[in-house]
Amino acid sequence: MLNYIVKRTLLMIPTLIFISILSFFLIQLPPGDYLTNYIANKEASGGSVNLAEVEALRQRYGLDRPFHTQYVRWITGVLKGDFGYSFEWNRPVNELIWERLGLTVSVSTLTLLFTWIVAFPIGVYSATHQYSIGDYVFTTVGFMGLAIPNFMLALILMWLGHRYFGLSVGGLFSPEYAEAPWSLAKLLDLAKHALIPMIVIGTSGTASLIRTLRANLLDEIQKPYVTTAKSKGLKDTWILFKYPVRVALIPFISTVGWTLPQLISGETIVAVVLNLPTTGPLLLRSLQSQDMYLAGSFILMLSVLTLVGTFISDILLAWVDPRIRYS
Amino acid sequence: MSAETPLRTSTAEIQADNLDVASQWRLMWLKFKRHRLAVISAVVLVIVYSVGLFAEFLAPNDPHENNRRVVHAPPQRIRFIGEDGFSLRPFVYGYKSEVDPYTLRRSYVPDPDQVNYLKFFVKGHPYKFLGLWETDIHLFGVEDGTFFPLGTDRLGRCVFSRIVYGTRVSTSIGLIGVFLSLLLGIIIGGFSGYYGGIVDTLVQRLIEFLRSVPTIPLWMALSAALPRNWTPIQVYMGITVILSFIGWTGLARVVRSKFLALREEDFVMAANLLGASRLRIIFRHMVPSFMSHIIASVTLSIPSMILGETSLSFLGLGLRAPVISWGVLLQEAQNVRTIALTPWLLAPGFMVIITILAFNFVGDGLRDAADPYVR
Repeated sequence: MLNYIVKRTLLMIPTLIFISILSFFLIQLPPGDYLTNYIANKEASGGSVNLAEVEALRQRYGLDRPFHTQYVRWITGVLKGDFGYSFEWNRPVNELIWERLGLTVSVSTLTLLFTWIVAFPIGVYSATHQYSIGDYVFTTVGFMGLAIPNFMLALILMWLGHRYFGLSVGGLFSPEYAEAPWSLAKLLDLAKHALIPMIVIGTSGTASLIRTLRANLLDEIQKPYVTTAKSKGLKDTWILFKYPVRVALIPFISTVGWTLPQLISGETIVAVVLNLPTTGPLLLRSLQSQDMYLAGSFILMLSVLTLVGTFISDILLAWVDPRIRYS
Repeated sequence: MSAETPLRTSTAEIQADNLDVASQWRLMWLKFKRHRLAVISAVVLVIVYSVGLFAEFLAPNDPHENNRRVVHAPPQRIRFIGEDGFSLRPFVYGYKSEVDPYTLRRSYVPDPDQVNYLKFFVKGHPYKFLGLWETDIHLFGVEDGTFFPLGTDRLGRCVFSRIVYGTRVSTSIGLIGVFLSLLLGIIIGGFSGYYGGIVDTLVQRLIEFLRSVPTIPLWMALSAALPRNWTPIQVYMGITVILSFIGWTGLARVVRSKFLALREEDFVMAANLLGASRLRIIFRHMVPSFMSHIIASVTLSIPSMILGETSLSFLGLGLRAPVISWGVLLQEAQNVRTIALTPWLLAPGFMVIITILAFNFVGDGLRDAADPYVR
């Protein structure tokens, strides 16, 4: 087991390097840089630009240097904990991203839990009551969940919540808590606001998890060992939870790694619609204005988060399923 | 007559005989037909794609035409019963504008005094039918007055006609994107499965890497990189390439695993021993046996392409006006206020849902049909 963990950790290093290069490459892709953009905008609105100042900024951040020099500068900074400077916000990237990343992680984790809590009983029910009315209803709902675009579900739920339940929608905090220090009341406020994002982001994941669990469990229930257990007089529920469910649970763990990128993806777009103070809206904005260090740091950190998620799920999987770590 | 009788067999026997000699595709078709929902969905898809193909003919109004006098007008209901009683020919009431005395908001209500009958094959804005010849005949519409079956947007453009036109772009982007992904997937996945060893490991790492990057941020970054001065066609192609950049990984996996599994099959070994060339084995024996699986996975990956385009355009990073796609249309419905006041602007979303559901069901049906072990 220890061997496996070490091997898996070492494998992560080249991937991390690749991810950092890709992130930096992506934000370098658009023609021009933040400063050329800035000058164009200023000139379009009739303002004048202090060219000497712009030149000084360009020199300071090495924007005129070739790609690899810039990358090396950035990545050495990142390793020391300095993510660069946000031109648009006039602040170090460090000050901007951590709180938002923290909220993204909390929303994604809550969503993951929500997904499991909903998907598990439904999946088991659907498999044990195959072709019953309940199974059909859940299957239909599941398919719908897969087909409705996240942002549209967000819009509809926001409207329903506003109209029929008087929920304050949008954002993650009520105005009075937004700037307040962390307290129990603030946490409760967060939980209340996180409900809609959780449902919205979690729906498609829940739907696919239900389908996998149902299919796996159906395969497993038909196996001879279940019949044997039955013929020996064990109780149905006991058999179900002692053996097939445990085998069918493997996808739950193995999909953590897969659902995490999906959750973060979904979170990005839903956050824009619901106006959540997470990474989504800021990333979108920074991409549009070519605020390269901010955008690059976001993409880097989101990818690292998914890598870590995949890592954890692989370790868990190896722990649950011995076949994996010896192969 | 009597001489022929012994030659006749009962229909059941004929069917049984046919089943034994039926080709793989015929077996698949027979199995697919049994999946009711998949068959219905296939019909829905044919309809959706025909709507895209014949958009000009089916749309009653010019989707780019602004009607400043009827901005944000609600859908005009198609009626059979009016003040004069029942009429076999359906009609719509014209609009009458009203101003709310408190909020001063202008709204449009049906005006029973203006009755406009719907007609088939009415003359409207001119267009080129399938790009072949000029005409101005539209399938249905009204001769005088306005006909907005799904209301109008903030510039008074017909939402229904815009959805019809958007179908073309939104559904074709899925097909082209999937085609590109399939090409990449078959080439790269095939290479990986065929050569194995170091190539295989590298490709597998690459796929894992691409899958570990969250899709939407990646798409967003890539489409933010599309130059602003590109023409709509270039942007369209750019977005398709971006979508397939991620999409190929899934297909490459399927192709590779099939390749690996089939390499060990007895019939491949038999062909090998009989002296068939490598290419002949691949294209005559291996490809036909996994083609059906590929088709099923392709069908299942089209929805994510359509959703991708819709999401990107919705965020303002994908296609841009004047191009009409479902995502571009949904951009109009970006906040709660819009939905509360003008819910009909969400209508393009329902087209997205219907299309994606249909693709999922057809894909499911195809997958079951393609699996020879499912009884």
